[in-house]
Amino acid sequence: MEGCKRDKVEVNHLCKSFGDLEVLKDCSFRIKDGDFVCVVGPTGCGKTTFLNLLTCLTEPTSGEILLDGERADPRKHNIAFVFQEASAFPWLTVEQNLRFGLEIKKKPKEYIDEQVNRIMKLMGLEAYRDSFPGELSVSTEQKVVIGRAFAMSPDLLLMDEPYGQMDVKVRFYLEDEVIRLWKELGSTVVFITHNTEEAVYLAEKVLVLSQKPTGVKDTVEVNLPRPRDIYSEEFIAIRNRITDEIKWW
Amino acid sequence: MEQMIRESKKREALGRMKKESIRNLCLGIVGIAGLLLLWDMVARFGIIPKNLIVSPWEVVKTLAIKMSDTKPEGSLLLAHITSSLIVALSGYALALLIGIPLGLLMGWYKAIDRLIGPVFEVLRPVPPIAWIPFTIIFLGIGLEAKAVIIFLSAFIPCLINSYSGIKLTNQVYVNVAATCGASRWETFCRVGIPSAMPMVFAGMRISLGNAWSTLVAAEMLAANKGLGYMILMGRTYGRVDLIMSGMVMIGILGIIFNAVFDRVERFVLRWRVTR
Repeated sequence: MEGCKRDKVEVNHLCKSFGDLEVLKDCSFRIKDGDFVCVVGPTGCGKTTFLNLLTCLTEPTSGEILLDGERADPRKHNIAFVFQEASAFPWLTVEQNLRFGLEIKKKPKEYIDEQVNRIMKLMGLEAYRDSFPGELSVSTEQKVVIGRAFAMSPDLLLMDEPYGQMDVKVRFYLEDEVIRLWKELGSTVVFITHNTEEAVYLAEKVLVLSQKPTGVKDTVEVNLPRPRDIYSEEFIAIRNRITDEIKWW
Repeated sequence: MEQMIRESKKREALGRMKKESIRNLCLGIVGIAGLLLLWDMVARFGIIPKNLIVSPWEVVKTLAIKMSDTKPEGSLLLAHITSSLIVALSGYALALLIGIPLGLLMGWYKAIDRLIGPVFEVLRPVPPIAWIPFTIIFLGIGLEAKAVIIFLSAFIPCLINSYSGIKLTNQVYVNVAATCGASRWETFCRVGIPSAMPMVFAGMRISLGNAWSTLVAAEMLAANKGLGYMILMGRTYGRVDLIMSGMVMIGILGIIFNAVFDRVERFVLRWRVTR
């Protein structure tokens, strides 16, 4: 099955420097269509820079990122990003937040209505349709942000430690929500985290980044059945392997 | 479940807000009553000579008389109020129409900021009343001239607050729009402007105060009607009651404007709720 999938993202010899500081050095990897890839690495290794390059928020110093064989461009491609910080627009209601990306993409109204209703139902947000993010709990607000990203049926969904600020219970709950949406909608997801347990729980493939200047140190396939048991021997073995790889001490 | 908790929290918050606003209203009434009492005592016991101050009750009497008597300055109170409102609101509206968009554009587009910023910095320290001679020369003494004086006092806070408000836009929101493929202009309209609105409203509030307080200066321009004119005529005729009636009326209208403004602000910024 894996072999049938085409390459969704191709990153070739990607380098990024800020002045004299070399953050990324010769990163090359491929992500298959519909994959759920987690990216882990030591603190401060440049994970966020890596995502900013993928979303074209930052220009690479050299190298290229191809999406479906073309240079990645948010205006051309359907890219969605879930940031570390709360990023639901506070002045828009839950429904308006979900519509935002689709309206920017100038999708037909009927399609937007249908897609937004589908996501609302999938994420259990119907009761909050007309609420503002400030009226919601932190976890519900993050659900809105995730829903907004999935509503775009993105070619590529990038998530930058979206549960970094949350407690364990909420994190587990939202991790399951993401898996459910990913399975339902079949998007390609790149999920950045510093939590190796989260990475093994979510990913089909884990990219392990090295210390600065950052490169791809290893790619770990996670072929465990879902829902995953975090106490199983296989799970712990993969988690320990990744933890060992990102150790810098 | 969360919906129910949220509803109950909302109800609790509303109850708290209601209690707080009743308490604030009571405190406000006590404050004003205290001021009136103090003022009355100062006038009654001659602490300030009677030719320099009248009691609050005399002001009320004068205002009541001015509803039907044009003497001594030639117009009814309602005509003065209407005239002042036209002057103040036209200058204020002009300040909003020019100041807010210009401030937002300057804050968003560096080229516009670099083009207009230095001109604005040169003009900013000049007090609005210093423009009176120029406005008389170029615009005469009609409504336009007075509106321009009001405009000059109201324009600056509008521009500065809009500029600062949009500069403070959270970069995360800009990035969300960028990753959705929004153009710079779309991001300006859909992210920059709404996120700047709290600061824009703060600027509009300061501008409203400025516009209203510059009214007397604007009506010095050979007016024949208006609250500022009524005050000036009071001085000419030595009628302290007329001067104080004009002042009190300006204050009352200011309170009414503020209350209306509060309502509009609360509606437009209804999303500004905290958990």
